[in-house]
Amino acid sequence: MKTQFLSKFVTRPEAGSVMSFVAVILFFVIFGGVQLSNFIGAASWVNLAANLGVVALPVGLLMISGELDISIGAMIPAGSMSVAILSGYYELPIIVGILGALALGVAVGLVNGLLTVRTSVPSLIVTLGTLVAMQGVILSASVLLTGNASVALSAPEWSKAIFGNLVGGSYQIIILWWIGLTAVYFFIVHYTRYGNWIFAMGGDRDSARNAGIPTDRLTIWLFVLSSTSASFVGMCGAILFNSAQVSGGMNYIFNAVVSVVVGGVLLTGGFGSIIGIFFGTLTFAVVTQGIYFTDIDRNWSSLIIGVMLLVAVVMNNSFRKMALTGSKPKKEKQKLNTTRAAA
Amino acid sequence: MNTTNPVLELKNVNKSFGPIDVLHDISLKVHAGEVLCLLGDNGAGKSTLIKTLAGVHKPTSGQMLMDGEEVSFDCPKDAASRGISTVHQFGGTFPLMTIGRSFFVGVEPTKKFGPFTIFDRKTANETAVKAVKEFGITRIDDGDRLIGGLSGGERQSLAIARAVHFGARVLILDEPTAALGVKEATHVLRIVFEARKRGLAVIFITHQVMHAMTVGDHFAVLIRGALAADFRKGEKTREEITDLMAGGEAMADLEGEIESYMSAHEGHPPPPAH
Repeated sequence: MKTQFLSKFVTRPEAGSVMSFVAVILFFVIFGGVQLSNFIGAASWVNLAANLGVVALPVGLLMISGELDISIGAMIPAGSMSVAILSGYYELPIIVGILGALALGVAVGLVNGLLTVRTSVPSLIVTLGTLVAMQGVILSASVLLTGNASVALSAPEWSKAIFGNLVGGSYQIIILWWIGLTAVYFFIVHYTRYGNWIFAMGGDRDSARNAGIPTDRLTIWLFVLSSTSASFVGMCGAILFNSAQVSGGMNYIFNAVVSVVVGGVLLTGGFGSIIGIFFGTLTFAVVTQGIYFTDIDRNWSSLIIGVMLLVAVVMNNSFRKMALTGSKPKKEKQKLNTTRAAA
Repeated sequence: MNTTNPVLELKNVNKSFGPIDVLHDISLKVHAGEVLCLLGDNGAGKSTLIKTLAGVHKPTSGQMLMDGEEVSFDCPKDAASRGISTVHQFGGTFPLMTIGRSFFVGVEPTKKFGPFTIFDRKTANETAVKAVKEFGITRIDDGDRLIGGLSGGERQSLAIARAVHFGARVLILDEPTAALGVKEATHVLRIVFEARKRGLAVIFITHQVMHAMTVGDHFAVLIRGALAADFRKGEKTREEITDLMAGGEAMADLEGEIESYMSAHEGHPPPPAH
């Protein structure tokens, strides 16, 4: 019975990320002298996970569908600068700033999506173009309009309560957004037909199109979703910290991709899960922030992330192979133990 | 059988891409319950012809008729809604999706879940498994298995079962046996028979004359985009067909070459050239 459950579990896309999560925490507890009770409740890594997670989810969906969006790196400062310039510098109502930031996300997403669908240029290159272009736009707009690269914003209480509050002293309100969005994505991807379409599109775009799936429209929507989510995260940050800077956001690109890949999404598309991306993000946050709770020097965190990424990818590959062959439980248990040991 | 209108008919169809003529003056008929084998070497225009049938390309000139009525397809979906279904070499399916999910891609069964409409996994899996079983593939019994775990023959069978399930009237099989072993190819050929027995018009594209001879009722050979021969079962021998496909070069010449190759290479035959 137990082995049956295990064999079902390891053939699921999220298996690798759940195991990485457990392995990393165990590693910190055993070798880092972490007190589990202090650690689980710590805000720092949950906040990081939430901000990253809101972006990683749509980026993961795009990857499942066979595309990549790296323009999120520019869309995070773009979101925070839009709200700060509109509602901070020009003192328009906050709602104008919020809608402005989201509208900018939609616009850039449309550009990314349309360019990817209409040309045969890979989306990595298309979004690299919009990434660099948007950085230029943000910097120029900020300097032209405000004469400064950093803009202050004082958001009214109600908007802070929704987008940029600290609950219980140190927990950002975006954690709730992240959990809520995860639930929504989970439902859509795994329980509606649209999820099926995304997987089919990532598996074989031509066959999916021939089966009557509106692949172009769906791709454009996914790009809109990812850049609007990035803009949303930037906007929440500006409302929370009462200011916005033109720089920053670039590390989100790599962090989101690492989270998604550790989460078991296949880089070439067609395989993955929302729960996997969720745990991938958690794992990433635990490694980068959890290291401060340990006796381990924090400079090692990048090494751990690199190793973890490679181990997770190898693990996910072998799990995927098992899923394909409909493996035998006995072998799996052995493999499970060896990968645990390796992790 | 031939007194009724053919399910699908091409009349003097031409297709050119810019200055390049790919299909010249193709006229073909396929009736219900009949297997038309489309033979031809690589580059003979087979792919263009099936893409034209499937609505990917539009003919430059000429007519396409279904049940004696002229039709024109703007996109693959138009052709599909008229009952033309194409199954590609690797089954045209999604290796990392489950059997149930991939069976229903684009036409997912749904059910109500509170205020939401959700994907009905149970129905999808049961229907998919049942449809394949009706075609005699009994090894597939769990709709949650991934497509990639099936053999090539099973994938083909699943794709054919899918087409039949969704009411295909014309089944276009693009080299279904090309990548398969002997035993698996036999499975697929049996399923082609089954589809034919159910009254489908089957267009079977291949360059394996043996497979064509086994299932075909009617044969058409394409050479450089033109119809080089159009004949019925039993009218030509295997050697004649192979000759035709090779572009009229006598098989005897080739056999002579092979013999001289073998004597020059210690009895090894030359590697097969497909």
